[in-house]
Amino acid sequence: MIRFEDVSVTYDGADAPTVSGVELAVPEGELVLLVGPSGVGKSTLLGTVSGLVPHFTGGTLRGRVTVAGRDTRTHKPRELADVVGTVGQDPLSHFVTDTVEDELAYGMESLGLAPDVMRRRVEETLDLLGLADLRDRPIATLSGGQQQRVAIGSVLTPHPRVLVLDEPTSALDPAAAEEVLAVLQRLVHDLGTTVLMAEHRLERVVQYADQVVLLPGPGQAPVLGSPAEIMAVSPVFPPVVGLGRLAGWSPLPLTVRDARRRAAGLRERLAGVAVPAVEGAAVGRAASRAEGATSRGVGTADRTEGAASPGEGVAAGQSALSVGADSLDGPVRPPGGRGLSGPVTEHTPRRRFSLRRLKPRPTPPATAADAPVTGPHDHTGSGPHDHTGSSTGTRNTVTPVTPVATAASLGVHRGRIEALRQVDLTVSAGETIALMGRNGAGKSTLLSAFVGLVQPSSGSVRVSGAVPHRTAPRELIRRVGLVPQEPRDLLYADTVTGECAAADTDAGAAPGTCRALVEELLPGIADATHPRDLSEGQRLALALAVVLTARPPLLLLDEPTRGLDYAAKARLVSVLRGLAADGHAIVLATHDVELAAELAHRVVILAEGEVVADGPTEEVVVSSPSFAPQIGKVLAPLPWLTVGQVRTALEAGA
Amino acid sequence: MSAHPAAVRRRTAAPVATRANALHPGAWWIWALGLGTAASRTTNPLLLGLLVGVAGYVVAARRSDAPWARSYGAFVKLGLLVLAIRLVFAVVLGSPIPGSQVLFRLPEVPLPDWAQGVRLGGKVTAEGLLFALYDGLKLATLLICIGAANALANPARLLKSLPGALYEAGVAVVVAMTFAPQFLSDLARLRRARRLRGRPDKGVRGLAQVGLPVLEGALERSVALAAAMDARGYGRTADVPVAVRRLTAVCTLGGLLGVCAGTYGLLAAQGAGFGLPVLLGGLALALVGLWLGGKRSLRTRYRPDRWDLRAWLVSGSGVAVAALMIGAASADPAALNPGVVPPTAPELPLWPAASVLIGLLPAFVAPAPASGGGTKVRGASKVAGAGKAAGARKAAAADQETSASSGSPAIDTRTTPRKEAT
Repeated sequence: MIRFEDVSVTYDGADAPTVSGVELAVPEGELVLLVGPSGVGKSTLLGTVSGLVPHFTGGTLRGRVTVAGRDTRTHKPRELADVVGTVGQDPLSHFVTDTVEDELAYGMESLGLAPDVMRRRVEETLDLLGLADLRDRPIATLSGGQQQRVAIGSVLTPHPRVLVLDEPTSALDPAAAEEVLAVLQRLVHDLGTTVLMAEHRLERVVQYADQVVLLPGPGQAPVLGSPAEIMAVSPVFPPVVGLGRLAGWSPLPLTVRDARRRAAGLRERLAGVAVPAVEGAAVGRAASRAEGATSRGVGTADRTEGAASPGEGVAAGQSALSVGADSLDGPVRPPGGRGLSGPVTEHTPRRRFSLRRLKPRPTPPATAADAPVTGPHDHTGSGPHDHTGSSTGTRNTVTPVTPVATAASLGVHRGRIEALRQVDLTVSAGETIALMGRNGAGKSTLLSAFVGLVQPSSGSVRVSGAVPHRTAPRELIRRVGLVPQEPRDLLYADTVTGECAAADTDAGAAPGTCRALVEELLPGIADATHPRDLSEGQRLALALAVVLTARPPLLLLDEPTRGLDYAAKARLVSVLRGLAADGHAIVLATHDVELAAELAHRVVILAEGEVVADGPTEEVVVSSPSFAPQIGKVLAPLPWLTVGQVRTALEAGA
Repeated sequence: MSAHPAAVRRRTAAPVATRANALHPGAWWIWALGLGTAASRTTNPLLLGLLVGVAGYVVAARRSDAPWARSYGAFVKLGLLVLAIRLVFAVVLGSPIPGSQVLFRLPEVPLPDWAQGVRLGGKVTAEGLLFALYDGLKLATLLICIGAANALANPARLLKSLPGALYEAGVAVVVAMTFAPQFLSDLARLRRARRLRGRPDKGVRGLAQVGLPVLEGALERSVALAAAMDARGYGRTADVPVAVRRLTAVCTLGGLLGVCAGTYGLLAAQGAGFGLPVLLGGLALALVGLWLGGKRSLRTRYRPDRWDLRAWLVSGSGVAVAALMIGAASADPAALNPGVVPPTAPELPLWPAASVLIGLLPAFVAPAPASGGGTKVRGASKVAGAGKAAGARKAAAADQETSASSGSPAIDTRTTPRKEAT
């Protein structure tokens, strides 16, 4: 159906081809998955199929691409519109009209199909994709999953024989991703559509693929094979494959179901072994265990028994810090980064961060009007306190210390929509919390409330004693930092150096602070690089460095792994772990269950603006069908969540 | 047929809007332009207020939740801005109206000889201000009528009614129009991001610093949209024989030339004899060119809106308001243009006011939007203002009557807040 004959693409001004030596044939009616690390030219290869590369993007295409017998050199994208349907990474930039039904009809109108045919196909497609109830809705009001389905539907109505999708599920919550993938599978099985798709989140898609094309590196020739064969050699692979490699299973399992069948022995072996802790988790884990899922973090302020006086509090914090630092490199550390990305990844930073520098500064005292009445020692202990689960008996006798951030029966209205309702959340130092839930459940709104971007309509928010929306931005960034969904929004300057200098000025930090942070998070970036030229992962690291320059004790990240490949994700995980061990409180809003399993001590699930679950990660996610990570599903009912944990246990046992 | 009154009313009440019974956008535009024409015939502030009230009420009752429906507020603000500017000009630059009642004097700036006839500062008279107020009110009312059409008619659907040859240009216009709201939301997002960097998110400097990233983002999105449209077949053309293509070019060019020449002939002192026929001939030729040009386009139309009875009623009500007002203006010009020199209290002429109320018809015959409307109705009575309370109250009462007997929950929910409001 699609033939690549010795294809190479060189963009204007690039000295090496982005992809080269592509010699492939995609047969009709197959779902072919394109995998590889970031920046190997997956999107470029997809673009050659629809003709957008090079007709629209410029550059030079050598060789020949034919789709259903049409040569893309002589056919413009619009002349291929009836055989190729393309959906890009961002469905919103794909829509031409404003309502669902018109959008579905748009492509057919362009092709000049007869009105009765259009009407019939629109009705069929509405049913096929489950969009019938949304037919009159303006597209702007739909959720992410719905928009993605509309985008797919809009290219399906002209009945293309090839569907090209670039990261169709990356921005979606797990349930919406399942929805979209179920639709794709139905198209392949029932209609014989050929699907070519690139996706970073292999754990979601690899089991649906008939064949996998691996692009091992920039400019390297692709390898085509069955999913199991390719996964055995691929530098990117889902956790279930990681587990299979670890346990030496052959052929490799691709689905949770396959793995579960093999895993009986492994489960037995692990049954008696204690699960290694998520590192730096002593505080959060013990505390959340003590309080459990029942108390929704109301009592979290109780857990700071150790801080009887300011001096002691700081001392305890520092000793805990050094313990945390040791444990980073000590034997207990589950090698999360390397574990995930496997032996092929060389990007895992060898150097750990100098923890002292990154340590959050003691919280500045709150403005008098906003400060709750508390003792003088309340703001001193930002580091994790020397605290174990055993001391819970003393909780009634000790004065509580203010946690890093609290939300108490918080309600937020956005227009006529109640985005948050009666949300209680307490964030303690050194704790990592994953906020999960559907698109539109209120995760981003909650983060915005913590940085004062939205004003609560009821209840209260406090960050280090300050009310965020009434605090001047300059003050606030020393208390809380948010890396937004699109890290690029934070970057204004045209060089990395300029960005860093601006960040130092903004934060009132010593010149060079931000640059040093960049050097640690992202070694070897040239000073003159334009932030726009960085990859997604690098841009995230730069934005993170900018935010950390003010050393906020509370760090918020909104959907940080969107568009990151496994290597970049593994780097992010080790960076965030280091920060948590330093005493930063971290709240992540994410759809990525694997990330939550790797990082979070506590998981909070939001639905319709309310907290529906709050508890230690292993308790919340293991029982949930949509939020459980793959390893959790394979090894259930045992509370193992990551390949790293299993590896540590096996190594310790061997 | 049994003529049970409740059953009759239920049958005649406006249906809930769906794709199938959507009112033709052209009908809304004719209605709004009718109101606008009426507004251009009078300077009576009471009549103008009544027109604004009628437009506002219909918008409140019949606009949907769609993004374009929100533009009404912007047009109202624009109207007020125009009114304010008109008044400021009248104060600063003076007014040609000879007035005797001096309110206050501004220091006059002496201007050189060549600027004779222009005055800066000086005395400000009540008559001049009143004239400017009436004049500005007229402009504002016109703008608000246009805003009502924008809020009620879906621009994309209107586009579908364009001839094929103009379609592609039309898409470009509509896409450009959606650019503005996206631009604004980008701006808001980046200003929020500034706050995250610890910089003040208000003020001119803040705006300037996010300007470039916003432009870059907008440009990138446009390119992505263009790629998506191209990949979906935008701009595909049919093979048209060379002869037809040439004929199209000749017809269009010739037609346009004819129109120009004809218009010149009509306007020039001599030559009125050949002006009209040349104009009509050019117009016909241009239309043939347009029709031929449409042959190149392969496009078909998916569920175009039908011009049904409701569309006739809506557009007819607008035309009726315009016609009656024009008639009234020639019958009794004094009532429609209250005296400025000397200032007299404007009176509400009964028959023109009654004819303006015909413009409320769409609020009852146009299909009702599917959901939500309570808060909007409340907002609208505010727009209508106290002066127009009579019309609004009357309309509300009438609407309550129809909705009280109808069992539709959608309409019931709308009535409750309206009672509070009135």
